[in-house]
Amino acid sequence: MSKKQKKVLWRILIAAALLVLLLLLPLTGWLRFALFLIPYFVIGYDILIKAFKGIVNRQPFDENFLMAVATVGAIALGEYTEGVAVMLFYQIGELFQSYAVGRSRRSIAALMDIRPDSANLLGEDGEITAVDPDEVEIGSIIVVRPGEKIPIDGVVVSGDSSLDTAALTGESIPREVRAGSEVISGCINLSAPLQIRTGREFGESTVSKILDLVENATSRKSKSENFISRFARVYTPAVCYSALALALLPPLVNLLLGRGADFTVWLYRALTFLVISCPCALVISIPLGFFAGIGGASAQGILIKGSNFMETLADVRTIVMDKTGTLTRGSFEVSGVHHASLEDKQLLELAAHAEALSTHPISRSLIRAYGSEPDGTRVTDVREISGQGVIARVDGREVAVGNAKLMRAVGVEPIDCRSVGTVVHVAIDGAYAGHILISDVIKDGAREAIDALHEAGVTKTVMLTGDIRAVGEDVAKRLGIDQVKSELLPADKVEAVEALLAESQKGETLAFVGDGINDAPVLSRADVGIAMGALGSDAAIEAADVVLMDDDPRKIAKAIRISRKCLRIVRENIWFAIGVKLLCLALGALGLAGMWAAIFADVGVMVLAVLNALRALNTSRL
Amino acid sequence: MKKSYKIEVDCANCALKMEEAAKKTEGVKDASVNFMALKMTVEFEEGADVKATMEKVLKNCRKVESDCEIAF
Repeated sequence: MSKKQKKVLWRILIAAALLVLLLLLPLTGWLRFALFLIPYFVIGYDILIKAFKGIVNRQPFDENFLMAVATVGAIALGEYTEGVAVMLFYQIGELFQSYAVGRSRRSIAALMDIRPDSANLLGEDGEITAVDPDEVEIGSIIVVRPGEKIPIDGVVVSGDSSLDTAALTGESIPREVRAGSEVISGCINLSAPLQIRTGREFGESTVSKILDLVENATSRKSKSENFISRFARVYTPAVCYSALALALLPPLVNLLLGRGADFTVWLYRALTFLVISCPCALVISIPLGFFAGIGGASAQGILIKGSNFMETLADVRTIVMDKTGTLTRGSFEVSGVHHASLEDKQLLELAAHAEALSTHPISRSLIRAYGSEPDGTRVTDVREISGQGVIARVDGREVAVGNAKLMRAVGVEPIDCRSVGTVVHVAIDGAYAGHILISDVIKDGAREAIDALHEAGVTKTVMLTGDIRAVGEDVAKRLGIDQVKSELLPADKVEAVEALLAESQKGETLAFVGDGINDAPVLSRADVGIAMGALGSDAAIEAADVVLMDDDPRKIAKAIRISRKCLRIVRENIWFAIGVKLLCLALGALGLAGMWAAIFADVGVMVLAVLNALRALNTSRL
Repeated sequence: MKKSYKIEVDCANCALKMEEAAKKTEGVKDASVNFMALKMTVEFEEGADVKATMEKVLKNCRKVESDCEIAF
């Protein structure tokens, strides 16, 4: 608790004790009035001062002013206990609000505890000094000991260690790094000290960007927040004018009808209205709910750039996904060896050696599948034939590796492959030796991810790809994707998304998921753009509305579930708070609820709404 | 030009009122108060004197919420 809060707490305790004491004493008349003023001023003096300032500044609907009118009115009517109690509970409510908000602000900050306190700068003389990360220049060498956070993005100069990326991605699979590896700030160094040459200033590093993004996320307001702002603007004046009407009209009508005016009864009811006139419960719980939801999501490695995107995400019915990098790994791998006239492994060995000097992605994947670096001394007479493949002598045998055209060129008839992918044929000494199938690999969990999306209420999943139709349809079928559009150029993807947007119903939204590298136009065209695998990619963080820090496609459905939960909580709070207030107004007008009920409704609703809002923070089991 | 400032305010409704007051200040094109982050983002009109405008913003905010604070 802050000093200010402690002071209020003491005042509450003293005033409450005095109030109880006075209720037990048999007091009457002026003495009773005078004594009741003591707890009243103890608990309410600052409200009265603020109310006075409100009048000076011509702010008629200032809640301090309204509270002052209600309590002074109650005391004037002889309801001393109620006057003091209303002030007392109002202060308790305010204290709880500021305490709860402060706590949640800190707990959310703790979730995002990736800000480094200092950087260990290595001087030219070999001495290490701890400095503010802001002061480290690009190209400096910093030392990160085991257990410390990497403060600034850079490249490892020396040291072998593993990094824990959990704070950034929500996943705790350690990542191995050695000299030459690029590392990003926010990761925790686990095993051995590292020396890192910084590649950026602190302000441009991943940690700063992420913190900036999360801290500013709640500045983009959602429809619910705007609704509440508008509601709050009309609510207080409306209740105040109703109070005025309630104080004057019924007594006048009574007078005209020749009955007793009952001024005090109606005045008391009007004062009850003033007690309920503060829209605090609503105004606090809605942004708090979104803030907690965004904080909870970021603990899972999902950064949502604004409350408005959370709202859009909750209504997603169509998900459009890019294939490469989103659902598939985007790295080509050998997925099969067919019709081989010798052992599969031997065929791969010969093919890998023939392609040893090539840097083409296909050659690289052959070498990866072979498992070790090819021995260059076994290879002679390498001839690369552009657009066809390679012919080389490996261990004295002539090995031709390439497409069907190359096979025919060396006088061999290739056998077609029935599977989908890139086919590499191999001929040895002028005889067909089989073919190797190379295809993009579907990510682990991609199938589950699509199923989870359907479960989360997504009605249409669409995959866009620049790949040929056969590959696209094959991947879509294996993943259970509803619709696939293949052979698209980057510009076609925008058109495809626009066509889908035109088809979607009102109140339903469309999300596009991509790797954020060359799909920025599509990301911004969709209702909500999701970039994945964004760790270390600024372009993706800039372009997208929602950023998944790692490249696990299952996080898409998780982001939707988190948003749904958050929105549900926010709506619950809106209806609950408005409902209870309206109920109390109705009962108050009829004389069925007095000031006690009113103040309990006001403070109690706020406490419950705040506690409910904090549920949005809990996202680990979604 | 946009700038953001740290603010001190106790209740959410007061933060809303500060936002309203800041928006209506001369030289301010748009303003937004983030109660959870305790930050005020002000977009200034072209050619506006930032310091003088912020003094006016603070004065207007004090009118609606007497014990608020803006660090600028």
